[in-house]
Amino acid sequence: MYAFEIERPSTIADAVKALKDEDAQALGGGQTLIPTLKQRLAMPSALVSLTGIGEMQGVCLADDGAVCIGGATTHATVAREAAVHYPGLAGLASNIGDPAVRNRGTIGGSLANNDPSACYPAAALGSGAMIITDKREIAADDYFEGMFATALDDGEIVTEVRFPVPQKSHYEKFVQPASRFALVGVFVAKFADGVRVAVTGASEEGVFRWSEAEAALSANFSADALSALSVAADGMIADLHGSSEYRAHLVKVMTGRAVSAAT
Amino acid sequence: MASVTMTVNGKSVSGDVEGRTLMSDFLRNDLRMTGTHIGCDTSQCGACVIHVNGEAVKACTMFAVEADGADVATIEGQQNADGSLNVIQQAFQDHHGLQCGFCTPGMVMSAAALLKENPKPSEGEIREYLEGNICRCTGYHNIIKAIMAASGQDVPAVAAE
Repeated sequence: MYAFEIERPSTIADAVKALKDEDAQALGGGQTLIPTLKQRLAMPSALVSLTGIGEMQGVCLADDGAVCIGGATTHATVAREAAVHYPGLAGLASNIGDPAVRNRGTIGGSLANNDPSACYPAAALGSGAMIITDKREIAADDYFEGMFATALDDGEIVTEVRFPVPQKSHYEKFVQPASRFALVGVFVAKFADGVRVAVTGASEEGVFRWSEAEAALSANFSADALSALSVAADGMIADLHGSSEYRAHLVKVMTGRAVSAAT
Repeated sequence: MASVTMTVNGKSVSGDVEGRTLMSDFLRNDLRMTGTHIGCDTSQCGACVIHVNGEAVKACTMFAVEADGADVATIEGQQNADGSLNVIQQAFQDHHGLQCGFCTPGMVMSAAALLKENPKPSEGEIREYLEGNICRCTGYHNIIKAIMAASGQDVPAVAAE
């Protein structure tokens, strides 16, 4: 690998200061970034590790009932500690990658990277979560801006993610067997005022809400409510793992399964 | 260069590492502990699984500086105090849970992490936990049998497909 420096600040303030250098890059658990560095697809001259920042760790419950997760919290920790408060979210976290990846990878890293096939963007958008950074709060609806693109500025850190807890939810993933990423993944969340459906892995624009399904499911929360709907193949990802038509088909199938499994 | 100090298999070690030094390289090149294998170097094969603060991680996808102050366990520290194979290692031998042996250190470390979390895993739970460990000899059935045996369970219950 090429040479670079790593800093390990212990506070958000110090991390923000270190990231003011325009060649510096934040490092979460590194499960995507380190392989990317090895391939030199990214070549920052300095990394600022966020995993030593205590105030960005852990799962807690806010006064309004929302589940708050520190940006540097690993998938394994979310799977364990959010299970009682928000089983749909914990279930999603417990199936990201493999066990060793879940022990390092972080929610903030996943959301900042916004891989079009990552799981967490579906949970954040599907829950209507609030992405909290070192300088502001961004609603999930305003946060995701396309494949690997987010509303984050350079050097801005996801310090916390706040999830409203739905009455029922489930994430259904059709796993790409080699990478464990979602070939298509659908997060369904039923709130008192309506249903949200977020789809990852399918669109060339990254995670998106399937609004027709949301309307149908808000009227009737059952897989049957989807029967008349279809998803257009335009703009869906096509690669050796599946055509755009196949992915469009999977969106509906995975949504139906998620609704049936929602608890 | 940064200086790091950590506990590896119960012994305190230190060294000077570059920012880019991976944990797998620190173990193999600096500490000369070559039991942690590098198969893919892209965090997919699991041959480099070690424990950091009790959790299984892929040593090729973590920098050595990130393990500063950590409690690290590798395959070299898995044997019993008298040097004999531990229960997992012995079960791998008894059930022929290895062919070429390249993936074995990672398999044993993942198995140890699994059994700590879940002392009596089902066959399905074992297979799921080993998702990130690839055996290119494809000797998975015997690996599953070994882990069933190591957890004191009935081995013939594992179906041979």
